[in-house]
Amino acid sequence: MIYYIVRRVLYAIPILIGVNVLTFTLFFVVNSPDDVARMNLGDRHVTSEQIEQWKQLRGYDKPLFFNLEANAWQQLTDTIFYNESIRLFWFDFGVSDNGRNIAYDIRQRMMPSLAIAIPTLTIGLLVNISFALIMVFFRATAIDFVAVFLCIVMMSISSLFYIIAGQFVFAKTLLLLPISGYEEGWKALQFLILPILVGVISGIGAGSRWYRTICLEESGQDYVRMARAKGLSESAVLVRHILRNALIPILTGVVVILPLLFIGSLITESFFSIPGLGSYTVDAIVNQDFAIIRSIVFLGAVLYIIGLLLTDISYTIADPRIRLN
Amino acid sequence: MCSGQVQYIVHNVLKKIHSWRFLPLLLYPLLSACEPVWNNPYTEPFQDSVLRSSFSERPKYLDPARSYSSAEAVFIGQIYEPPLQYHYLKRPYTLVPLTARSMPTMHHLRADGQRTEDLSQAVWTVYEIEIKDGIFYQPHPALARDEQGQLIYHQLDAADLESVHVLSDFAHSGSRAVTAADYVYQIKRLADPRLASPIAGVMAEYIDGFAEFRQQLQADTDLRTVNMRGVRVLDRYRYTIKVDSDYPQFIYWLAMNFFTAMPWEAEAFYSQPGMSERNLVLNWYPIGTGPYLLSENNPNRRMVMERNPNYREDYYPTDGSDNADLLLSAGQRLPFIDRIVFSLEKENIPSWNKFLQGYYDSSGITSDNFDYAIQVDSAGRFLLSDTLAEKSIQFKTMIRPSIFYTGFNMLDPVVGGFSEPAIKLRRALSIAINMEEFISIFLNGRGSVAHSPLPPGLFGHRFGEAGINPYVYEWRDGHPVRRPLEHAHQLMKEAGYPRGIDASTGQPLVLYLDTVGSGPDSKSLMNWMRKQFARLGVQLVIRNTDYNRFQDKIARGKAQIFRWGWNADYPDPENFFFLLYGPNARVPHEGANSSNYDNPQFNRLFVRMKGMANGPLKQDLIDEMVDIFQRDAPWFGAVYPQSFYLHHHWYDNVVLNPMAHNVLKYRRIDSEQRQRSIATMNRPRMQPIMWSFVLLLLLLPVGLFIYRRRERATAL
Repeated sequence: MIYYIVRRVLYAIPILIGVNVLTFTLFFVVNSPDDVARMNLGDRHVTSEQIEQWKQLRGYDKPLFFNLEANAWQQLTDTIFYNESIRLFWFDFGVSDNGRNIAYDIRQRMMPSLAIAIPTLTIGLLVNISFALIMVFFRATAIDFVAVFLCIVMMSISSLFYIIAGQFVFAKTLLLLPISGYEEGWKALQFLILPILVGVISGIGAGSRWYRTICLEESGQDYVRMARAKGLSESAVLVRHILRNALIPILTGVVVILPLLFIGSLITESFFSIPGLGSYTVDAIVNQDFAIIRSIVFLGAVLYIIGLLLTDISYTIADPRIRLN
Repeated sequence: MCSGQVQYIVHNVLKKIHSWRFLPLLLYPLLSACEPVWNNPYTEPFQDSVLRSSFSERPKYLDPARSYSSAEAVFIGQIYEPPLQYHYLKRPYTLVPLTARSMPTMHHLRADGQRTEDLSQAVWTVYEIEIKDGIFYQPHPALARDEQGQLIYHQLDAADLESVHVLSDFAHSGSRAVTAADYVYQIKRLADPRLASPIAGVMAEYIDGFAEFRQQLQADTDLRTVNMRGVRVLDRYRYTIKVDSDYPQFIYWLAMNFFTAMPWEAEAFYSQPGMSERNLVLNWYPIGTGPYLLSENNPNRRMVMERNPNYREDYYPTDGSDNADLLLSAGQRLPFIDRIVFSLEKENIPSWNKFLQGYYDSSGITSDNFDYAIQVDSAGRFLLSDTLAEKSIQFKTMIRPSIFYTGFNMLDPVVGGFSEPAIKLRRALSIAINMEEFISIFLNGRGSVAHSPLPPGLFGHRFGEAGINPYVYEWRDGHPVRRPLEHAHQLMKEAGYPRGIDASTGQPLVLYLDTVGSGPDSKSLMNWMRKQFARLGVQLVIRNTDYNRFQDKIARGKAQIFRWGWNADYPDPENFFFLLYGPNARVPHEGANSSNYDNPQFNRLFVRMKGMANGPLKQDLIDEMVDIFQRDAPWFGAVYPQSFYLHHHWYDNVVLNPMAHNVLKYRRIDSEQRQRSIATMNRPRMQPIMWSFVLLLLLLPVGLFIYRRRERATAL
């Protein structure tokens, strides 16, 4: 397994370079270094001389990928791409265009994102699996039909609606919870209840239906028929046999997103004023802060690669027959 | 399970539930006794005199040399103090001393450096500013000194900073008196290319030696060691600034945070190794002399300001308003509020609801909430809706010193220039675009048609018949009435475009509007614009683009028609007319004149007008300039936007003053009243939750029954 992991880590390097090149190209296709300078200097009383000075101070006056005026290796290294991207590989994110240390901000903002994402995932998983098992238990009955119909309705509704409805019902009408906000430590609890609740409810439709499909596939297998033939109750068959074997596809879906939980949720964090990485990313896009955008995209790519690796490893745990080589 | 058994179980459950029917009523007071309000978004107790507000965009710059947005001024306006300020109550806007002992004295110099009283000979104007004594900086580690008088935190190494994450982690803080040298130091900072001050370009044009000073600076230059020719320290409390005589508006800049005092110790402190890695930079941790200091700086979540313990004696104005309520605090010491909490609120919905719940003391009104908050009476006046009036919410409105307009690029061969057909085409379009309809549909009535570049509230603006644009409006029965469309058609015909057809080619006239916008609002606005142009038979092509491309087009003079706006830097007609001054054109001078309007007659009048004191002569010049502007019609569809501001009844001394940024020191909070109101408004409603539980309990046996029946079923 060690060899497998090493190989996957090596595979990750060209992927990360590719991600960097793509992010860099896409960003600078839309925004020129002049645009970035103008965004930071404002559009009142700004002269082209000031724009040039701003670019010079931050290294945005260099060519993007290839410096024809430089010699030898410097043709590649004396460029914006090299200066901005290569240090990401040792997680040196540098400073944002307005001078803040990005690594510091990411560390600060990771925790609030996790504070929402982990409970939402955990509780959501339990709730969705429970609903899925209930639907499988009542499969081919009116209850199953109504439940699937409700699932489709729920998954068709935008997550934004759940957020607004949740805030309207629990915070505005019933006045039970704060509508938005955040505090450090245990005080955060009262602010997390509503976003977690909304996150769990909004995920029920898609999650339950997906897990129901997985469980239904398993329920047609021979070992299930065998278990029933042994005289086990339907609930015992469901929990002890079907659920256990349905874990592999469920794990595939869950483990891969585990590392991405750090990145946070863009909409939820904005609406609930959670100072996580999701809202950090949105701010960076709005402010055209390339230094932050490339850092977050790079971090996301690294975490996704880790997620895929963890998924593979988790297969071996969930199913001992699987070997990584 | 037989039906009899089921009935028995259900009966027993119902009996139990019946005995619990008072449970919600019992639980409710118990829960309420613990905490009467559950939705309180603040974990700390409600203190006396705490103002609670929100901000939607995290500030980018808190350095007074760099910050230029009004959103940032909300913070630094309370922390930094320039020599002058705007009188809080007086209208028209009036400059008064803030840290200056009195208004600056001025004398004029000829080109040879000799003093002169003859303004026509004057080349330079020297402003002499004397600051008050006894002004101290807020407590700050950069100013902390040990017993020997040495600065404690100016030789830090990595080990010293190991446990430091925020400024409050430094154990010691100190202060010192402000000197004239601190103001001079800040002016030098404006010139420092490393700081990229947005006004460096403007100041280089006016302050003597500013541009040369910029050239002298190296990456590691200590600003104290280099002199700027036009800025001098006379003594501990006096300094002078030598400015181009053609720019008497310079005095207004002395009321902006760019010209505050800055101790050199702060820059030296923050430039030490390891500080920026912790985000400990002057841009994020201000050091000022104002009524408040930034005690918590977390732009990701909230910014908290506390009363500056070193704030000098400062008093509420005793005059300037006819409203007696606004003078109830006259002569009382400032500031009134101890603490200000700004919470980050990115979305309108939660922000608005928190205001309604009393957790924010004030709020603006977005288009989404407008109908809920405001009603219009039969006379067209804006009134607070009954719902908000019941909550005793107060409502204030004012026309902002701003303008939004649609500009013609005067360099464009079709719509630009000063030929008779081009002018007539522009006038025809000015008539056809119904701005009254625009304001009603797209601004909820929050604005008024701009007949001239000068908004109300500024010297030179004319009301009534004298103020209308006679080329677009007629004065009938005491009201301006837009000229009929037939008149516009006639102008089109005279311009060579009868019914929108180019008479020379026989092809329909196609015009291009460059705009930045996305989303449904923007789309409906553009559709409306197309329809307005179509009334003259003109085909309008919308070139929707992103902001960067749009700016680029304007900078290169490639846009034909475009939407633009301007917020006043200072309340002087020059700050609006310079948007039409030829030598200030975007092409080729990179100025703010985006329509590249360049009328020599207008330019001459502008130069004369900007050097004059407010009075009848200046008014005459302004009238003449407005007349030229209206005749040439380089803009159309201009609007003065109107601000709507709501605040709770416990928030006092609220006066809208868009020019002043240090307004929070004048405001008051009746915290007891607020606490009572919040408790009343936010009593949690538990009944629906309780009844939901009851319903669940009722359904439980039914669920159990169905489950068991399914479990025992034989065939699947």
